[in-house]
Amino acid sequence: MSSASLRLSRRLGAWAFLGFAWLATALALLALAAILWTLVSQGLAGLDLAVFTMSTPAPGSRGGLLNAILGSIMMCTLAMLAAVFVGVLSGTWLSEFAGASRYGKVVRFVNDVLLAAPSILIGLFVYEIIVHPMKGFSGYAGAVALAMLAVPVITRTTEDVLRLQPVALREASVALGAPLWRTVLAVLWKAARSGMITGALLAFARISGETAPLLFTALNNQFLSLDLSKPTASLPAVIFQFALSAYDDWRRLAWAGALLIALAVLTVTILARLLSRETRRS
Amino acid sequence: MTILAPTAAPATSILALPDDQVALSIRDLDFFYGRTQALHGVSVGFKKQAVTALIGPSGCGKSTLLRVLNRIYSLYPGQRAEGRVLLDGEDILARGVDVAQLRARVGMVFQKPTPFPMSIFDNVAYGVRLYEKLPKAELAARVEQALRRAALWDEVKDKLKESGLSLSGGQQQRLCVARAIAVKPEVLLLDEPASALDPISTARLEETVAELKADHTVVIVTHNMGQAARLSDHTGFMYLGRLVEFGETEQVFTAPATERARDYITGRFG
Amino acid sequence: MSGEAAAAVPARAAKGAVFDRAFEALCFGAATLLLVALVGVMASLTVGGWPAFKAFGLGFLTSAEWDPVAEVYGALGAIVGTVVTAGLALLFALPLALGVAIFLVELCPAPLRRPIGMAVELLAGIPSIVYGMWGLFVFAPWFARHVQMPIMMAAEPGSLLETITAGVPNGANILTASMILAIMILPFIAATLRELLLTVPVHLRESAYGLGSTTYETVAKVSLPYIRVSAIGAVMLGLGRALGETMAVTFIIGNAHGLPTSIFASGSTIASTIANEFTEATHELHTASLIALGLVLFLITFTVLGLARALIGRKPT
Repeated sequence: MSSASLRLSRRLGAWAFLGFAWLATALALLALAAILWTLVSQGLAGLDLAVFTMSTPAPGSRGGLLNAILGSIMMCTLAMLAAVFVGVLSGTWLSEFAGASRYGKVVRFVNDVLLAAPSILIGLFVYEIIVHPMKGFSGYAGAVALAMLAVPVITRTTEDVLRLQPVALREASVALGAPLWRTVLAVLWKAARSGMITGALLAFARISGETAPLLFTALNNQFLSLDLSKPTASLPAVIFQFALSAYDDWRRLAWAGALLIALAVLTVTILARLLSRETRRS
Repeated sequence: MTILAPTAAPATSILALPDDQVALSIRDLDFFYGRTQALHGVSVGFKKQAVTALIGPSGCGKSTLLRVLNRIYSLYPGQRAEGRVLLDGEDILARGVDVAQLRARVGMVFQKPTPFPMSIFDNVAYGVRLYEKLPKAELAARVEQALRRAALWDEVKDKLKESGLSLSGGQQQRLCVARAIAVKPEVLLLDEPASALDPISTARLEETVAELKADHTVVIVTHNMGQAARLSDHTGFMYLGRLVEFGETEQVFTAPATERARDYITGRFG
Repeated sequence: MSGEAAAAVPARAAKGAVFDRAFEALCFGAATLLLVALVGVMASLTVGGWPAFKAFGLGFLTSAEWDPVAEVYGALGAIVGTVVTAGLALLFALPLALGVAIFLVELCPAPLRRPIGMAVELLAGIPSIVYGMWGLFVFAPWFARHVQMPIMMAAEPGSLLETITAGVPNGANILTASMILAIMILPFIAATLRELLLTVPVHLRESAYGLGSTTYETVAKVSLPYIRVSAIGAVMLGLGRALGETMAVTFIIGNAHGLPTSIFASGSTIASTIANEFTEATHELHTASLIALGLVLFLITFTVLGLARALIGRKPT
């Protein structure tokens, strides 16, 4: 190949490459815009005050999503309480006590597997150990399933953020004679606080949008109920049911619900990002 | 013509202090990082209510030696010390020693300032609260006393509730000093406390150290020979894990007894 | 003052040192709980799915016949659907993700970098059920009208093209499901690749540019090879995601059992089958077969994740 044609083909290759990268990004942004546009336009159309004040209706009658919203809030909150407890402690163990041990490596791998495991399988598991033996779907089972999805996120972020703390900080506390638990609680957790909160927010964002694990644990509930020991409505489950139905008003509610979930998830994610950027700056 | 045999300079020269003047007595100390031996047979006594400086090239073991004295190395499973270290006659390396108690009596300030993520007041009170239940007024007095002695009181007295992290580097380090002396330790260990500070903060810190010896036995590790010469009463020179020379500071710096120390101090190597 | 130093050291109780053991045990327990959970999931899937394996033996994995009425269950259709949709999704997503990552690292004008990066993250944060709904109500009709029908109408009756494009022209098929899945995993892979590209040492890239390389050559010959192993691991993580995705796929895959015979055929994945049928399943064998499907999915995902882990260690958070 002559040097001129070599240069030309390099030039063309470079241009094609640049064009492709721009195109790819444009496509991704286009997809985002299309999804958001549909979500907002359809969702807003179905959004009215009744969505927040009335429970899910029978097809053809007026109604809202109140029971689903409350159900989601209850289950997510309960799940987060349990997940923060287990996640922070296990993340602390991995960072402070595991060292380079074999068992520590195993636990880390297990955590990563749970992090990426299909959520529907978690739902099946909770069905087998809670719903089936107790012969009934319940909000508690749903909360357990959600907690199992949140724990790996919190464990991972807690371990990562604790590891970032300087060794000298730990040693300074120990050098004063403080027991290890005091060092962790009063110094390390405090120092890592915003990172840990970010982790919790990300975990919450993850579970608030999850549908599959709720399908066979909390099932669904047409009526407003605060009793978590019975089947409990949730936004994702209701959306699933309504969206696939043939009724227009149900579909409208499904979009409204989808908008609500998306807003909740995006708000929490943005909060988490802002918080982590704040800490990085200070 | 007679050929005079050259007088051999001694390999080591350690000044022995009378027992009643010694706060910390180290006897035949060996230290190991895993299988690597970092300290070889160190034996020395540190004088009460005086400042002792440890100098030497990088990796000579001076920080390692310091970290034996409050058993902070016990945090790390692969590290171990053999020998005896006597604080007031008791061997701190013995089995069954209450390490937390030991650390109340032997305090440490680290190279990097490490203020805890809490208010200035809580930082200083942290150690005190571990051991004593003091009424509010007494605790406040203790904190003030410690901050005064660390030459930080005037700068922070109006903002005790603010976070310790809001202080400058030099102030943070003095905060760490205040925190360490608030528990009234017998011995204070300083591990290159000024190496992360600018010259002005360093000068202020040195002033503080000079005053601390009234109430504490101070052992300071430093790579800054001028600092050692300014601050200390005794100086120990270490090389490759051995204590090569130990004596009164003035004598060590003006007329070192060993060749190795002489080479280091005159800058032949470093 | 000097006398005070000795007197102020009373015998102090080492407060709370005994709690150290308890605290460490608590943390250890929490960490072990993770292990118990994973083992529990595997065990319960195995135990729950056992009746199906007992009834059908290995034929469970090789038969595509799934008939709840006749109580005959074969997983092959779902397995093929899972693998094909995930594979196609990766095929579509990977080049685009690479393009986006390269754009963000090398080509993007500085002020746009943060907003576009955030936009990509936003795409990743959208809940999968929203993808499912968008796919079903917006993408599928659009696809049916502008892609599927023209192609199907252009195919001569009896031709090869007709066979491979046979299907219901409603846009709910394996291909569209793969495309929705691709959009879902795109931001994740793009974000990871971007982080990896940022680990390429500056001096390495500068040397390449200094020799007169174009952007393409620097990226293709220097940056990408540098991150190759980790990049493959990241891609496998994306694959793992695609394999397990339920909601985005269930809406739009058409939910037909059996092996797909054309690109516009409806199909099903393991996850979509379980999601659709589990609560309706009345017979023990049906439930067991669904759980057995779950076990298969678990094993596939576990293998992919294990490989990814072996390649990249830990993904940067």
